[in-house]
Amino acid sequence: MKKFLTATAAVALMASGAAAEEVKIGILQGFTGPTESLVGPMASAMEMAIEEVNASGKFMNGMTVVPVRGDSTCIDASAGTAAAERAITADGVKGIVGGTCSGVTGAILANVAVPNGIVMISPSATSPALTTAEDNGLFFRTAPSDARQGEVMANILLDDGVKSVAVTYTNNDYGKGLADAFAAAYTDKGGEVTISAAHEDGKADYSAEVASLAAAGGEVLVVAGYLDQGGAGIIRSALDTGAFDRFHLPDGMVGQSLSDAFGTEIEGSKGQAPGSNSDGTKIFQDMGADKFDSQSPYTAEGYDAAALIMLAMQAAGSTDPNVYKDKVEMVANAPGEKINPGELGKALEILANGGDVDLVGATGVELIGPGEAAGSYRVVEIKDGKFVTVEYR
Amino acid sequence: MDILNAIVALSNFVLIPAIAYGSQLALGALGVTLIYGILRFSNFAHGDTMAFGTMATILFTWALQSAGVSFGPLPTALLALPFGIAACVLAVLATDRVVYKFYREVKAKPIILVMASLGVMFIFNGIVRFIIGPDEQRFADGERFIITAREFREMTGLQEGLALKSTQGITVVTAVIVVALLFWFLNRTRTGKSMRAYSDNEDLALLSGINPERVVLVTWLIVAALATIAGVLYGLDKSFKPFTYFQLLLPIFASAIVGGLGSPLGAIAGGFVIAFSEVFVTYAWKKVLGYMLPESLEPSGLVQLLSTDYKFAVSFAILLIVLLFKPTGLFKGKAV
Repeated sequence: MKKFLTATAAVALMASGAAAEEVKIGILQGFTGPTESLVGPMASAMEMAIEEVNASGKFMNGMTVVPVRGDSTCIDASAGTAAAERAITADGVKGIVGGTCSGVTGAILANVAVPNGIVMISPSATSPALTTAEDNGLFFRTAPSDARQGEVMANILLDDGVKSVAVTYTNNDYGKGLADAFAAAYTDKGGEVTISAAHEDGKADYSAEVASLAAAGGEVLVVAGYLDQGGAGIIRSALDTGAFDRFHLPDGMVGQSLSDAFGTEIEGSKGQAPGSNSDGTKIFQDMGADKFDSQSPYTAEGYDAAALIMLAMQAAGSTDPNVYKDKVEMVANAPGEKINPGELGKALEILANGGDVDLVGATGVELIGPGEAAGSYRVVEIKDGKFVTVEYR
Repeated sequence: MDILNAIVALSNFVLIPAIAYGSQLALGALGVTLIYGILRFSNFAHGDTMAFGTMATILFTWALQSAGVSFGPLPTALLALPFGIAACVLAVLATDRVVYKFYREVKAKPIILVMASLGVMFIFNGIVRFIIGPDEQRFADGERFIITAREFREMTGLQEGLALKSTQGITVVTAVIVVALLFWFLNRTRTGKSMRAYSDNEDLALLSGINPERVVLVTWLIVAALATIAGVLYGLDKSFKPFTYFQLLLPIFASAIVGGLGSPLGAIAGGFVIAFSEVFVTYAWKKVLGYMLPESLEPSGLVQLLSTDYKFAVSFAILLIVLLFKPTGLFKGKAV
């Protein structure tokens, strides 16, 4: 009986090996909706990693990887779930790079990825709530959780001697998650949050919101919003009424359109956005420069997410998500040969020979806790009306 | 000193914004109330008429700016305003000719006209988005402040600053001029008197030889001018975005109804009632009370009745209360 079982298992393995000359990976991103302008370059970065692996010819003894694009949207959980369902059942993907936004990513994870046992690596979902989501070890992310950003933000402010702040956040999962994470970290370390109030995006006038922020007071106003949306409106109104003249700007607010709009009016304000000064980032940006906008946010995280799935498959010698999921952290973290962008072929060879690699990738990826990036942040300051990088944390 | 600080803080965050917002609402509500009084229907397209007029004004402003014309310290949009009004007048007259005239001639019930205006609203909505796009536009130029918070603090040595934006000043001055002209027109001129007569009793007015088409024409002219002015002032002070103008419909109707539909004086009062209650109810009073009260009584909380998210709920609540207890409004307008 035992022999028979082994024999059938061997036959099944061979059969699957023969049929699977190619393996499909789902690129499940928010191609439509509020993130559509970000997702184009992100998807290109993921596909660049896949092309690199295919060009090397060393993946799983010559198998090719085929990317399958699907539209997860950013805010429509049912559309995202349907797209993921289709990618898994109709296209037969063995891993998913996605989703883009936190809310939809959580929905796909709970409704599709976990029931079907598919590995999911998100390059851009940053909500702290995903840290504790039930995932059977299937979910990873190459972008740091906002819990980490909250901590970094609290440290920056306290190191500058700022002891009390007012907080306003955009009224969604991202804003609320970040504001809560920050408030927890900041009060823990001895700071005081005088008020934490939501604002809606897309309004013409924020004087009422600013009035209550001003009434609560604080040395600095933390604006956890979007730079092209309500966040800018809040700053405009706060400056006009003289309520605040120093601001702290998390990742959603760091961008050129903000420094163009306010310039020296917010001189000395600080902020932070995910980013590292590793060589990997530079190599990645040069590699992608003529293919897509490789400086666009979360492209580097996208490249790393796709690379991680393929390296983990190679390390496990299997495309079965339930087997290779255990190898994701191994290929991402030390020890092992450091792998920069453009060296995926080398990594595949080392893994094929039974060695160990440590993917540095485009973001210096290092997975901690329940499979999420430790994350390094670029601290910026407004100097002479422009964002200048002052340090990395 | 503390009393002064309290007064300054209150003016900076409550009184000045509320007065500016109230004036903008009042001008909008005047348009609604005139249509209700004379043409006898609630014009749901009013918010989008404002958007249309403002859009035309913005386009003319851009044309003037690219031609190198400016208005010194005042916004260029004020120069473009007459052109914007003209464009808006043409648009509403065309609409009247194509849509409302038919229903007037068949003596349709007011509710049918209201529904027609709903359709007009959607069409205007689409036209504005088609021409200028759904995005936010800022078109204020010239001097931004009459006095900035920092200058005020340095001047007076007070702890609190008082900022007065030039757009707020322009709003109030323009509103006063426009309202004065409107009341002079309605009360002193022959055409104005014939409009009021037509509004009070249509049949009597017709018997005494008033030409109804002329009254309708003049009403639309005035309404288009009022809508454009209100829209441009709002856009200068805040920013122009088609969707926000559509949303303005609620506070504007609330103002007109609270004041009493059909009563111009009521529309103005209603505008200020709505603006002040929206700001008063959602303001955090901690700072002001902190200055006013002795230290032992100083509040530790924010003393905020409602979060600012509920601003629109305030206009809704006032609207409901007035409709329940005084359907004719403060100034005895027509019952809705």
